[in-house]
Amino acid sequence: MTQPLTQSSSTPANAEFQPNLQLRHRNSRIWRKVFQISTIVGLISLTLLLFNITNTAFGYVAYQYRLDPASLALDGVSLEDMDQAQLISVLSQNISANALKGLERDKPLLQRSEAELRSLISQRITRPKVLGVWNLFDSLTRKAEIEAEALAIDPEARLEFKSWLTRDFITSPQDADPLWTGVWYAINGSLWTILITILVAFPLGVAAAIYLEEYASDSWVQRIIQTNINNLAGVPSIIYGILGLALFVRVLEPLTSGAIFGLSDATTANGRTILSAGLTLALLVLPVIIINAQEAIRAVPGSLRHASFGLGATRWQTVWHHVLPNALPGILTGAILAISRAIGETAPLVVVGASTYLTFNPNGPFSKFTTLPIQIYQWTSRPQDEFRSAAGAAILVLLILLLSLNAVAILLRNRYSRRLP
Amino acid sequence: MTAIPTSQEKLASAAAPINLRRRVRPHEVLIQGILFFSGAVSILTTIGIVYELGKEAFLFFKQVSLLEFFGGVKWQPQIAEFGVWPLVTATLVTTTIAMLIAVPLGLMVAIYLSEYATPRARNLLKPILEVLAGIPTVVYGYFALTFMTPILRSIFGQDIVDVYNTASAGIVMGILILPLISSMSEDALSAVPRAMREAAYGLGATRLETAVKIVVPSALSGIAAAVILGISRGIGETMIVALAAGAGPNFTFNPFEGAETLTGHIVRISGGDLSYNSIDYNSIFALGLLLFLMTLSLNILSGMVVRRFREKYE
Repeated sequence: MTQPLTQSSSTPANAEFQPNLQLRHRNSRIWRKVFQISTIVGLISLTLLLFNITNTAFGYVAYQYRLDPASLALDGVSLEDMDQAQLISVLSQNISANALKGLERDKPLLQRSEAELRSLISQRITRPKVLGVWNLFDSLTRKAEIEAEALAIDPEARLEFKSWLTRDFITSPQDADPLWTGVWYAINGSLWTILITILVAFPLGVAAAIYLEEYASDSWVQRIIQTNINNLAGVPSIIYGILGLALFVRVLEPLTSGAIFGLSDATTANGRTILSAGLTLALLVLPVIIINAQEAIRAVPGSLRHASFGLGATRWQTVWHHVLPNALPGILTGAILAISRAIGETAPLVVVGASTYLTFNPNGPFSKFTTLPIQIYQWTSRPQDEFRSAAGAAILVLLILLLSLNAVAILLRNRYSRRLP
Repeated sequence: MTAIPTSQEKLASAAAPINLRRRVRPHEVLIQGILFFSGAVSILTTIGIVYELGKEAFLFFKQVSLLEFFGGVKWQPQIAEFGVWPLVTATLVTTTIAMLIAVPLGLMVAIYLSEYATPRARNLLKPILEVLAGIPTVVYGYFALTFMTPILRSIFGQDIVDVYNTASAGIVMGILILPLISSMSEDALSAVPRAMREAAYGLGATRLETAVKIVVPSALSGIAAAVILGISRGIGETMIVALAAGAGPNFTFNPFEGAETLTGHIVRISGGDLSYNSIDYNSIFALGLLLFLMTLSLNILSGMVVRRFREKYE
């Protein structure tokens, strides 16, 4: 391109143009790199985020045992190599008969697996206390220094590599000790809350979208509702929490605490229940579900509706038999994305009144609740490092839950998306 | 189906002129009613928000004068000081830092994706940015507290940067808002017709000149709307500031000090068992109303910018 220009570069105009052109091209190249780098920065921040979480969820932990596990060895067999019978005999030798009876009542010892028995021994007999926590990166790169640091804290400290995300972590209830705490109640709370959110928000959202797209085209009612929905989608989630507190927790307390069904008991805290939380989240995701469903319905070609009307179908028959089946993949995808947003929501649930410490498994809509994000929030806001590590593990659980939901959304879209001519 | 005439009389009347009036179908009317109600729920939600916020905020302002609320620089409910400025400045500081990160980066990412990237790269990068947007904000809060704060403290010094500080919260909030701005701006940039780019190339413009002098100005309304929505998102963002920005109102513009934002304060004081009819309970509604009005006006402004300044292409 520059070839003809160089030939006639003797004229004064070109003498100015030529270096200028090079400059312009150089600028263009430099900025291209800058744009590229900003994109990479975006990707790096995602990587750092994930790295940071994994980094805290695994790593060395320095313990101090109340009773040295080595002293429990029976006939030279160490605790790790014992079978079930030996583990039970260790248990019965080291804890009081009453405590043993209590354990037997919860679940007979003979039915417990070796892993369960080992964690029991750990909790009841050896009772480790966390002295220090190190992250994964440090654990892998500077093991010797960590050993020295651990010994500096306490000469009898034991250093062990711990994965904070274990099966026990997922299946255990909340505990005041970070070593034994788990997310089981939180997972249950999240699932119950989301179930209510789905049951309320999905039918309401789809019905509203049908109304707006198929029934109320271009009337002033439609315009008002539409503007309103768009604005609601931009309202900060914490405002929904305040609304939930005032409306569901306070005004509708008889309903949300289950009192009008005669289900209220001492453990339900004045309307701060799963039902209130689920309804609050339902209001929160409703605008998103409506907007997504509207787009899916709008994408169904008009000819389909005309054909149906032409055959004498009523409006509802057309919607039910033709529009909805064709729009369903889009509606479902949008709804799942909205739901996965609701699962990660924290602020509104704190305001609605999630329990800080739950002593029982949430087992119905009128139960007190905690959810995974709430649990993460509470553990993160504690100053101890071991709770931060537990929070890291809980985040991994949450992210895995969200990822699998998103995968389902993608599968649904691929499976049911029929190509319309 | 029951409407099909079966009796003798109706058959006899078939000889009469056909009734062309629209038949009333009760269940169709019922269904339409249900659908309308579902649509109206969103209106009811808005009314609910405005009514509840307004009612409790009114009770609050009966005890605290508007002058004190908007004139005071001290928010200490224990000694009945209700000046909102410390909370507002903290919100402004975190949002400003977030926008300083998110706007330039987000815009450059959008330009790269729409003007430079190959279709393959774009199809790979866009979903990744969407993943970034789908991560719960409490995770970002964790990231701010356990990653960004230690980094800031090791760069600027332990005694300059507090454990809780608005800078760390703001930076991470910027990362959170980045995908919002980049994806909305990218949509706006991609909507600029190809012919305009080709005309620019034809006149000898370089790629950068085409992007910056032709495409970006043409998409400016969409970009401006994205930025305004980003600000609104930053003001309403809660978990990052609740975890990383600090737990105590502090009237300061120093980003390395801890300061509680509007949202952070609401979350902290409603975390415990808040008793109704206390001034604390009423105050969260007053703060909520302020927050609602701020974000609502920004959202409306964003919509107006798009409608008013959009370049229309045939």
